[in-house]
Amino acid sequence: MKYSYYPGCTLRTKAKDLDAYARASAKALGFELEEIEDWQCCGGVYPLGTDEIATKLSSVRALNEAKVKGQSLVTLCSACHHVIKRVNDDMKNVEDIRTRANNYMELEEPYAGETEVLHFLEVLRDKVGFDELKKKVTNPLTGKKIGAYYGCLLLRPSSLLAFDDPENPKIIEDFIRAIGAEPVVYPYRNECCGGYISLKEKDMSKTMCEKIMDSAEGFGAEMLITACPLCLYNLNKSSGKLPVVYFTELLAEALGVKEEVQKS
Amino acid sequence: MSSEKKQAELIKEISGVNPLKCMKCGKCSASCPSYNEMDIKPHQFVSYVVNEDIESLVNSKSLWKCLSCFACVERCPRDVKPGKLIDAARQVVVRQKDQDYLSPNEIPELLDPELPQQLLVSAFRRYRR
Repeated sequence: MKYSYYPGCTLRTKAKDLDAYARASAKALGFELEEIEDWQCCGGVYPLGTDEIATKLSSVRALNEAKVKGQSLVTLCSACHHVIKRVNDDMKNVEDIRTRANNYMELEEPYAGETEVLHFLEVLRDKVGFDELKKKVTNPLTGKKIGAYYGCLLLRPSSLLAFDDPENPKIIEDFIRAIGAEPVVYPYRNECCGGYISLKEKDMSKTMCEKIMDSAEGFGAEMLITACPLCLYNLNKSSGKLPVVYFTELLAEALGVKEEVQKS
Repeated sequence: MSSEKKQAELIKEISGVNPLKCMKCGKCSASCPSYNEMDIKPHQFVSYVVNEDIESLVNSKSLWKCLSCFACVERCPRDVKPGKLIDAARQVVVRQKDQDYLSPNEIPELLDPELPQQLLVSAFRRYRR
């Protein structure tokens, strides 16, 4: 199976691990991530204003490219996923935005939200299947107590993201089980890390991340996993009580491909 | 139309939100991770738009404390989405000349070696036009 793939700006720079482990894991699981040519940064945050058009066009370009290839579009970074999925919904359901964006784009055929947008975790759950993943695990992370850190962008607003139950998600816990480890459910796993506030007000995100860390540690987690480079950064800037890694690193480890990624 | 009335209309238009649907349950403020930092709380924000007290809103520090975490948007039982109103008020400010909350000149001293690009693009998009 071949998917279009949108890495996003940070996966080319500060979050190369997130990307490299995902690619190697995809290969081991038997699907291919075909990077979109000349993709542009999604902007990091979804432009909420109903009159925002130009700020959504980079997402539309990526979405249309996948459509032309007849592929679903896979994302990895929580922020890219959030932005692209919501822009896709606009293109599908908001006539004014669809019309004006298409006027800018002048595509051969107007884009109207045809592409299916999937987060890498959704590919694992809905396309590969966690049972199938479990069968392909060669190096189960037995005994590891892992807390899933969801944050905001994958879950909310759930009416549009349709990722999982926004208040009691389980996809990452199921992922943790599939790779042979033990999920630790703690109450702060869908609380905000502070997001972009950490640029100008570092103390604010630090306080928020301390609460997340304390909550996870209190429930017995030994480490946290995330899909978002900004969550990882903010969490690491707090007490650093628990190590935080990308979920793809553990996936690669469980599939026995981590070392080959590190060597390359 | 008074200038504040115009701005209230603009906030409603940009956000696509009808603040009159609010039943003042306070769930947005109870959910807000920035509640303690906000001078005008999310549920109050809705009333300020209804009452067209826009001067207070555009000068409120709440505009720069909202994290776009969408907890209020998710949990609002009336689909009023206070976070969208706050963003619209922020847009009303930054779309004016010289009203950016973040300048590129500030960036060098805010950087550190681990800081992800995602943080810069997100902040620029929220804090300036």
